Formats: sequence, C-alpha cells, structure tokens
Amino acid sequence: MRWLFIKDLQILRRSPLLTALLVIYPIAIAVLIGFALSRGPAKPRVAFLNEIPQGTPLVISGHQLDITGARGELCSRLDCVDVSNEEQARQMVQSGDALAALILPKDFIQDIESLASLTPSQPTVRVLVNEEDPVKASLVDDRINTLITQANLRLSKKVTRLAANYLTLLLRGGHLSLLGQTLNILGLQNTQQILEAIQPELPKDSPFAGSLQRVITFARLARQNLDLANPLLSSIAHPIQVKKDVVSGSPPSLDAFAIAVAATVTLMFATVLLVAGALALEREENAFTRLTRGLVSKWALLTEKVGLGVALSLVVTLLMLAGLSLFVHIDWGRFPLILAAVVAGGAAFAAFGAAIGAAAREVRVSSLLAFMISLPVAFVSLVESGTVSPGLYDVIKVVRALFPFDAALDAMSGALDAAGPALGTPVLHLAILVIAYGALARIALRRFA
Amino acid sequence: MIGQEVSGEIVIETRGLAKAFGDRHALRGVSFGAQRGELLAVIGPNGAGKTTLLSILAGIRKPDSGSVSRPPGEIGWVPQQAALYRRLTVAENLRLFARLEKVPDMDAAVEGMLAQTALTERRDDRAGTLSSGNQQRINIAIGLLARPAVLLLDEPSAGLDPRQRERLWDFVLALAGGGTTVIFSTHDLAEAERYGRRLLVLADGENLFDGTPPDLHAAVPESGARDFEQAFVAFLRERGH
Repeated sequence: MRWLFIKDLQILRRSPLLTALLVIYPIAIAVLIGFALSRGPAKPRVAFLNEIPQGTPLVISGHQLDITGARGELCSRLDCVDVSNEEQARQMVQSGDALAALILPKDFIQDIESLASLTPSQPTVRVLVNEEDPVKASLVDDRINTLITQANLRLSKKVTRLAANYLTLLLRGGHLSLLGQTLNILGLQNTQQILEAIQPELPKDSPFAGSLQRVITFARLARQNLDLANPLLSSIAHPIQVKKDVVSGSPPSLDAFAIAVAATVTLMFATVLLVAGALALEREENAFTRLTRGLVSKWALLTEKVGLGVALSLVVTLLMLAGLSLFVHIDWGRFPLILAAVVAGGAAFAAFGAAIGAAAREVRVSSLLAFMISLPVAFVSLVESGTVSPGLYDVIKVVRALFPFDAALDAMSGALDAAGPALGTPVLHLAILVIAYGALARIALRRFA
Repeated sequence: MIGQEVSGEIVIETRGLAKAFGDRHALRGVSFGAQRGELLAVIGPNGAGKTTLLSILAGIRKPDSGSVSRPPGEIGWVPQQAALYRRLTVAENLRLFARLEKVPDMDAAVEGMLAQTALTERRDDRAGTLSSGNQQRINIAIGLLARPAVLLLDEPSAGLDPRQRERLWDFVLALAGGGTTVIFSTHDLAEAERYGRRLLVLADGENLFDGTPPDLHAAVPESGARDFEQAFVAFLRERGH
C-alpha cells in the first residue's frame, strides 16, 4: 500500500497542471467565500438628490428639528453620491453606477411640517431604480423600505414627544408660546386644586355645591387618565420591542464560521476530486485488474486512496488556514482540534470521492460527477432553517446527513472556535460516513474491472 | 511453426471449466494441460471464450465449475491493453510492480527486465511517451517480474505494426526457450500457426480442438483448404460454428 501511495504522489508530481488546479482552485474559491461571508454586503451606492432649498428649517409645532442629522444617518447606511439634478440621477441608475436614486422633493419639509397641522399632506420621497436585475431590485426594495421605516419612526418619535409635551402642559399647566405670544395655561392639576380650595367656602345648602363637586371629580378623573396617556404615546413611538432569547446553538463568530466554510469547501473539492480521479485512473490505466489479482486487496486499494485524500486535505487545508491567518485571526492554540477536524472531514470526503470514482470508472466522468454532486450539496448545507418551507427543510436535513459537508463544517466550526458546536458528534457522524461510503465504493468496485 | 524445448512436465491444467454470464455460456467444460516451455495458442471466433479462459487461469475470475491446477508460485498475466502507469517512467513502473510482487532482488529484476526488453536506454522515459509496441514490452516485462512458470498473454500483438510484432515474438520465443510456459490468445491465425506449438480452438465456450496446426489441417481433409486460415474456417463450419 505504501508503494501505491508513493506512486500516486509521483503521478501528482508529474501532473503539475492538475496539482495546481487541485490546490489553487479550491483555495481561491475558499478565500472568496470566506471573505464574502465575513465582510458582509458592501454599502449600496445610491445617487442622492436634495431639492429642498438650502437652509429650510424643519419646524413642527414651533420646534425645529435637525434635518442635516437625518441626512447624515441616511448616508451612513448608504454610499450616497450627491447629484445636482434628476437627469443626472436617472443616468447614474440607468448606467448601473448607482443601485438607486433617492430624491427629496422641494416641498418635502412643508409636507412634514403639515403633519402637525389640521390639514396634513403626506411627505413623499421619490426613488428611481433599475429593475433589470430581479436580485438587485429586491435588494433596493429591502434597503429603501428599511430606511423609510426608520425615518418614519424617527419622525413619529418627534411628533409623539411634542404631543406628550402638550399633554403635560394640559395636565400640569405652564407657558405656551404661540404666534409670538406667551400664554399661561392653568392645567387640570391646578384647576382641581383651586376648585377643592373653593369647595369648603360654599354654604352647605348652596345650589352650586353639587355642580362644583362634579367639576372637581371631572378634573381629577381627567388628570388621572391623562397621566396614562404619556406612557401610551411612548409605546406608540416604539410599538414593538425585541427581546431575544437563544433557545439552542451557540454560534461561533462570523469570522470563524467564514473560515470553517472556506476550509470545508477546500477540503471537499480537493479531496473528492483527487480521490475520485485517482481511483478511476487505476482502471483507465488498466492497472486495477493487475493490482487486485493478488498484489493488493480491493480494501487496501480503497484505504490507500482515502489515505491519499487525507494527506492532501491536511496539506491544502493547513496551507489555506495559514494564508487566511494573514487576514483574520485563527486561534492556533486549538491546532489539535483543527487537525482532528481536517482528518475526519478529509477521510469522509475521500471515502465519498472513492465511491464516486468507483461508480464513474472514468477520470473525466468522475470529475464531472464529483462537481455535480458536491456543489449542490454544499449550497444545500448552507441553507438555514426558517428560510425554506418545513417540508423542504426536512428533505434538506436528510441530504445533509447523507453527505459529509454539513458534518465536516460543524467539525471545522467547532475546531476553530470554542463557541462553535462540540467536535464529538460531527466527528462520529463523519466516521460513520467513512464506513458507509467505503462500503459503497467496495460494492462499486465489483464492476470496476 | 517454430519448435521449442518442451519438458513434458505439466505445469498448468484445467478440468471441466465452465463459466456463464447470465444466459450466455462463455466456457463449457474446457479441459487441457500445458507443459513447461510450451507455447500454447488459444484461437477462436469473437465471443469464443478466449479472454474468459485466460482470466480464469490468471485467477481474476472464478469458474462456475471445474478446477485449475496451477504451478507453485506466480502466474504472469499480461492483459490485452498495457496495464501500466503512463505518467511513470519505464523503470518506475517496473520498480513499483517489483515491490508489489515482493521480488527479492528488486534492482536486479528491474535491470534484467530492462535488458531483456531492450528498453535500458529508455528507462527514464515516461511510459506514455513510448510506442504501443514498447508499451506492450513493458506490459509483458511487468508480467515476468516475479519469474513466473506460466505466462498468460491476452492478444499480445493487437495494435502492433509488423516490425513491433516480430520483436515481440522474438522476445516471447526466447522466454519459452528459457522454460516459461506461454499461453496466448490471438485473432491472428498466421501468428497462431507460426508461433503456437499447440492450438486450442474455442467456439461458443467449447474446446473443439487441441493439437498442432498440421493436425488442424488434417482434421478437414475434404475441405480442399489451401492455407491454415481456410482450414480453420472449414473446421469451424464442419463443427457447426
């Protein structure tokens, strides 16, 4: 078996293009995936046209609001490119330079201010989008909706706070500035106190005693009930509050997860392709029959191929992790766990590759088959619960259990980050898959010669 | 026909070999023996069972019934298509199989085979860069590494040009001259007549004839066959094939 292993390494050495492809391609893919996951989406580029005349204040019921702060907040979430007119905004969207254009019309401030008047008119923001691409269209819709919701929330908070101030004034009394004049508001609290002070002074048989008592009772009840209005208005400003309880799972950091995905994708492609191809090559070179005629048992041949896959997995994955550690932190103190995860994952992928190679029997077919099976399985394994229907997710869970990607990803996540899943279960899962795919490969070898 | 030294000692023998693949009978009760240093040609039409017979003799397939009495030690087996690694050099191929065969003096065995196949100068060339004739010589050399008493060759000259064939048969004759029993299958009747000391004619899995080429001629005296090929066809026709 040792000599077969050395022979395979010699063949790899003699196939520099194949070796380079096996090593560089998965690493390139893995690094791309890793950074895509860890960096998250970039800020969408949006053309921003402000048609509001410069210096126009936003005043609601006598209170001036900070419109420049709102613009700053908006552009902290988007990559705003200021444009001077609508035509320029339209061109940017059409050419794809901007994902969308956001236009604040010149009467936008007046419309907002009218919300606090008796004749409100709804403020409208114009959005220009290019919907040639459905994914882009969906992204723009989501981002704009989120931003508008947040702007509405900010505005409603301001209006609610003003309304609460008026209520407080009505309740407790105070001064109100209106049209350049300062008005003194008595307030319900003071009204009740004044009436209660007058009440004992009235003769017992006064015809006004009953009426006075009714007014005092009204003032007290109104004050008590208006006291409840403030928290009610506050709850309208924040109708829904989020309280998050984690019922299962302790996710590793996004960086660790991205590295685990990258490492597992690397493991999968390098190992499955190599082992499937190496086994099919034994048949293409007509050597299989000669070897298994008594020189090497079929099980030994499979074990050698799995060993080759594990060796390559270690080299490629550790190289990739070393490269990634230049960009992101990798806890090398967990090296024994990383080693265990790579060996377990590599062995399972190698056994899977052996089954493909034995079934395909030709190098080209086995490579094609390896890609056709591995890619969808990897994508399916990254689908999260709740993002698809429960029935479909049940099917996905079965697919995940049958293929090594999910277990290898769990093992790698657990190995890279203490917050990740425990290593025991995925390693056991991978060991079972090694046996199962080894047995399938051995069965397929019956018709291999 | 070229004569060889044959010892008279039976080194490999079969009794009543039968093998079926589903409903198709590849072999039906084939029995024969081969002596040390004998060159035995297995001929027959397509689907006669030649390759099945050789693969059972080599131990690759198991017969459904019947038995094979093999000599102690290895039987060398050379498949029709060269079974070697084309990305390894000639010497690396020989060394690999010598190691797997657990040949005691590997270096001597490899050097011996390189000399015997006249490939010493091309020892460091990748096997894939050699002509099909030279690849076939490596193929045979690999089969001979363990110094087997019996060498099985499945269509050894298929795909070779006349000059390559000539060199191949010179090599095989030298082996037989050295005491190796060579059993080969072929479609080429001229080759069978020229090099086969004995012929085994298979048709539909049956062993129809076991004797020398002149015996086959003699078996169809009324056919008026002018050459061996005509005699062979007449023989098969006479036997209902």
